[in-house]
Amino acid sequence: MNNVLKKKRANKSSLPFFLRSSFKVSFIIILISLILLITTFTFDAVPPILNRGIQPATFPKALLVLIIFLTSVVFYLSIKTPWKKESKLPKSFFITLMAFVLFLVIAKTLDFFLAIAVFSALVSYYWGEKRIIYLLIVSILFPIIVFIFFETFLGLRFPPGIITNIYYN
Amino acid sequence: MENLSYMLAPLFSSKLLIVLFFGTLFGLILGVLPGLGPTTGGALILPFTMTLDPLSAIVLLTAIYCAGTYGGAITAILINTPGTPAAAATCLDGYPLAQRGEAGRALGMATVSSTIGGIFSVIILVFFAPLLAKLAYEFGQPEYFALAIFGLTMLASIGEGSPVKNLIAAAFGILISTVGKDFMTSIDRFTYGINELSEGIGFIPVVVGLFAISEMLTQSTMLDQVFKRVALKAVKLPSLKDYKLTWKTILRSSGIGSFIGVLPAEGGTVASLIGYSEAKRWSKTPEEFGKGSIEGIAGAEAANNAATGGAMVPTLALGIPGSATTAVILTGLIIHGVRPGPELFREQPEFLYGIFGSMLIANILFFIFGFFGAKLFARITLVPNKILWPMIFALSVCGTYSLSQSITDVWIMLFFGVVGFFMRRYGFSVVPVIIGLILGELVEGTLRQSLVIFDGNWLMFLTRPIALTFFTLAIIALLFPLFKKKTKIIKLKKS
Repeated sequence: MNNVLKKKRANKSSLPFFLRSSFKVSFIIILISLILLITTFTFDAVPPILNRGIQPATFPKALLVLIIFLTSVVFYLSIKTPWKKESKLPKSFFITLMAFVLFLVIAKTLDFFLAIAVFSALVSYYWGEKRIIYLLIVSILFPIIVFIFFETFLGLRFPPGIITNIYYN
Repeated sequence: MENLSYMLAPLFSSKLLIVLFFGTLFGLILGVLPGLGPTTGGALILPFTMTLDPLSAIVLLTAIYCAGTYGGAITAILINTPGTPAAAATCLDGYPLAQRGEAGRALGMATVSSTIGGIFSVIILVFFAPLLAKLAYEFGQPEYFALAIFGLTMLASIGEGSPVKNLIAAAFGILISTVGKDFMTSIDRFTYGINELSEGIGFIPVVVGLFAISEMLTQSTMLDQVFKRVALKAVKLPSLKDYKLTWKTILRSSGIGSFIGVLPAEGGTVASLIGYSEAKRWSKTPEEFGKGSIEGIAGAEAANNAATGGAMVPTLALGIPGSATTAVILTGLIIHGVRPGPELFREQPEFLYGIFGSMLIANILFFIFGFFGAKLFARITLVPNKILWPMIFALSVCGTYSLSQSITDVWIMLFFGVVGFFMRRYGFSVVPVIIGLILGELVEGTLRQSLVIFDGNWLMFLTRPIALTFFTLAIIALLFPLFKKKTKIIKLKKS
């Protein structure tokens, strides 16, 4: 059984094309481009009598067709080259990605400043910082400095929220 | 003579000297920190420049550009990780030399060759930018369209990575520029009913997302990476023997870097690789390369810093960025109401020559900072990622929000951060996206206006000699990678 598995692993260079990352990437790019291309057909058109040059949809259409064509070329070229095993993304990547989502949710529902603080504390902690004092510097002190700096020097008004409202009131 | 006085003006302006001081310092810090660099740093600092007058703002950005390009060498030599992509070739010989206990010598050579390369390129800039601008008086809409197409094809052919992937990335960048109201007809494109998208997608959210946020995601995948920093006692000026060995290499690489810089591509990165390989080709001891050759450091560093001045030539003369960082500088010019091009040379020479003079001073300043402060800057690499990147995130978010006080810009930044991460993971460079985005409006605008002039007849492009020349060059640029591949195969078969 082990030998069979080893043989299978050794033969991974002959992996079916649709399982290769190059195919998946090309497929996704072409799919998105096709969706966008369909969208361009919904753009308003200028009446022929007022039209000077090309229609507003023509240029994006041409670009999308070019992207689809070039992506097909990339895929064709990748079939000829030996397949390389793709490294798996570690847990820390997904945690950082989740922290982005959390940032968006908190910034939208509670407070922009609070979202930065929570994001910074979370990422710093999961990336290995366990010392409270450093976590406080990263998540509280630094955002406060940035906040005051932007507010004072650039006259920036941050979006309303539970913390920013206290500051502005 | 008058222009010379404009060039010297920053020396007598305390405000500009302070801006140059902090710009150089900030640029060095950005260059030293792996993953950051002058492009990301420039994009992050752009909102702050709104508090400055246009000249000070651009002087700040150019000082960051010059110093940041050099700063990458410190990290490359001491921890074998290029602080900026342009310093990648410096690692090859810098780190082995540092491991042999000659870190000071390596940094000394990097500092001297970077300064010479930088100053050389500013001289090129002073002479060639006005000439190019004069030539641009002959340009109409069809010529600008052909020039932009040539720029994009050059990006594909001499940029890093796969030429086809670079073209896809550039087309993607142009596509982003089409989002929003069509500038000729006010018809919405790709807005999907979202009001905020009607104004189009801003440059800063895309740049910060593609560079800073995608780099943060990349850093999250290598948390277990440990850097070993080589001890540095002091930076030493190169000996007479080192100068004798490297002066030809420094001059050659300065020329190569300036030339590559003028072409719209990844500027310093490509220049340093070509500078390095040419140094090896001409060296009497090519076998030393990769093992700690002082010529290797000189070749790479002179070239990448020479590319800074070179890249400013098309940026200022034509409004076509020569690199990703000059695309940020171009944005800085535009948001400060300065339109690059031939008119700028005629109407605001004091502004332009002020920039040239400031770049010259920035090169001298980073020499002083590098020579006396490299040991201190090297300590910055000790700031752990778990502290650094959450701080950069806070700066990115606030900086992006500040430009138009729009939370949608922050969403866009995060979106492009994720897109940029996957692009890099699957071998697509993010630089063509930036260049494509900034050239997008020019490409579409000039094409459509040309077609209006030509009454819809595409063949009329071929009746314009300058446009035809650029199209021919574009075709050559597209075929160049194929030709290179073919000759490589023939050479391999022969050997």
